[in-house]
Amino acid sequence: MDHIAAHRLDGNAAAGRLEDVFAVEITSVRATCNGCGATAAVAELTVYADAPGTVIRCPSCEAVVMRLAQVPGSTWIDLRGARTLQIPLR
Amino acid sequence: MVISRGFLGRRRDGDRGGRLPPGQYDVGDRFPVLSAGPTPHTPLERWDFTVEIGRQPAARWSWDEFQALPHEEISVDIHCVTKWSKFDTRWSGVSLDALIEAVSAPMAAFVVGFSDGGYTTNLPLADATGGKAWIVDRYDGGPLDPEHGGPARLLVPHLYFWKSAKWVRGLRLLDHDEPGFWETLGYHNRGDPWLEQRYSGD
Amino acid sequence: MVGAAIQRRLTWQVAQVSAHVRDTPRCWRISLDVELGAWLPGQHIDVRLTASDGYQAQRSYSIASAPEERTLDLVVERLDDGEVSPYLTDELRAGDAIELRGPIGGYFVWQAGLGGPVQLIAGGSGVAPFLAMLEHHQAAGSDARLSLLYSARAEDDIIARERLDEHAQRAGVEIDITLTREAPDGWKGRIGRVDAAMLAEAVIPASEQPQVFVCGPTAFVEGVAEALVAQGHAPAVVKTERFGG
Repeated sequence: MDHIAAHRLDGNAAAGRLEDVFAVEITSVRATCNGCGATAAVAELTVYADAPGTVIRCPSCEAVVMRLAQVPGSTWIDLRGARTLQIPLR
Repeated sequence: MVISRGFLGRRRDGDRGGRLPPGQYDVGDRFPVLSAGPTPHTPLERWDFTVEIGRQPAARWSWDEFQALPHEEISVDIHCVTKWSKFDTRWSGVSLDALIEAVSAPMAAFVVGFSDGGYTTNLPLADATGGKAWIVDRYDGGPLDPEHGGPARLLVPHLYFWKSAKWVRGLRLLDHDEPGFWETLGYHNRGDPWLEQRYSGD
Repeated sequence: MVGAAIQRRLTWQVAQVSAHVRDTPRCWRISLDVELGAWLPGQHIDVRLTASDGYQAQRSYSIASAPEERTLDLVVERLDDGEVSPYLTDELRAGDAIELRGPIGGYFVWQAGLGGPVQLIAGGSGVAPFLAMLEHHQAAGSDARLSLLYSARAEDDIIARERLDEHAQRAGVEIDITLTREAPDGWKGRIGRVDAAMLAEAVIPASEQPQVFVCGPTAFVEGVAEALVAQGHAPAVVKTERFGG
């Protein structure tokens, strides 16, 4: 087993933490990377969940799209790396 | 909240002779790897280490030049904010005192370590100097493994281990503080494990 | 997209363990009673453990039962150096309470209304969400073609073996199991790791435009997804869920 791959998950693994905060089904939300402009569903983003916080990266260019930290009493979210979030409505 | 009867996590019992900061547990022989991104693989012939004043490069060492700098042997306990501690880790590296003394920066009051992959972490100059911090390139007698930050990482063992940036490529000397990757996302700006400074406001 | 895009924020809820059964040498099936409302096949939940001093750890697990079933079931593989799974497999008992939040996900989801053909590809305990899809396919009376390619180490490691054998008898369902470490004499299934050649042979071809779901360890999922795209499957129809390891 690739030791590094073992630390690399996808957006499905971050969805619970995000839906603690956002009242939308987050894995179907499409995010556009502010670095390279690639668009992907949150489920398709690359997730590193075992760092102190959760780091969500672009599968095309590896730039940080979102960062998330759960600290006592709050969740911190940095969305600078997401140019847009497209949220499907029914 | 439901207490999970019998759940301890990976922790071991015992106080470890006063060496465990509050809330930490002894991880024993394991050395957990925490990743915020892909592991960079910068070839040694392209690797260099830079000390910047402000954003201006002021000193630079190639890998071979860095190897020729006086190295110190360091044996320390390390403490991760995710609550594991590891005792008696053995490293070899160059003191930050030596690297910072190579340039003239009388204005410097803060240091930012920057890494391949874009990671940064900030330190007051007082935490970076005085024999308290190193750039290490060897662990336990061998080259530093990429998953543990090789070719070289910061080692600031008196603060939580996120300050010991993996894959470090340089230091930026500043007259003001610039909080880094985790320090801007709710983690404590200084991170002293003995004061349990995990999160901002602790 | 499947399901409602707008929902509530998730909160932690208490579930009761109603059954705790060892299914294979390394995997346990844990059945939970919890009021989550209907979930979709392929969705997952987060489980949270709390020590008496407040220390917490959480992990995600796919739901292995269909919404039509009575309990919310998980398949937990015991990772010897893990922090959460050895607790769930060794310490947890029927009657215990456990915290979870969910259901989570709308991307890695299939339900009967989406039709077929559907190709499922599992590595190890990555078969869990597909067990939910197979049960739902039956309960909903779907006539969609559903094909599972499942990689297990050895015959003993096949999760939900009896149910898979029963599903294999149903019209429109194909269960194709490959053993990667050892196969017993008389084994009728495939042998060897899932590679490009096996995928070309075993997977519903791109010309039939299957919806494809791949779940398993990160390296398995990425290898399979890459090979499928090279074989002409559109990247957008190859949906993946990685569980690390």
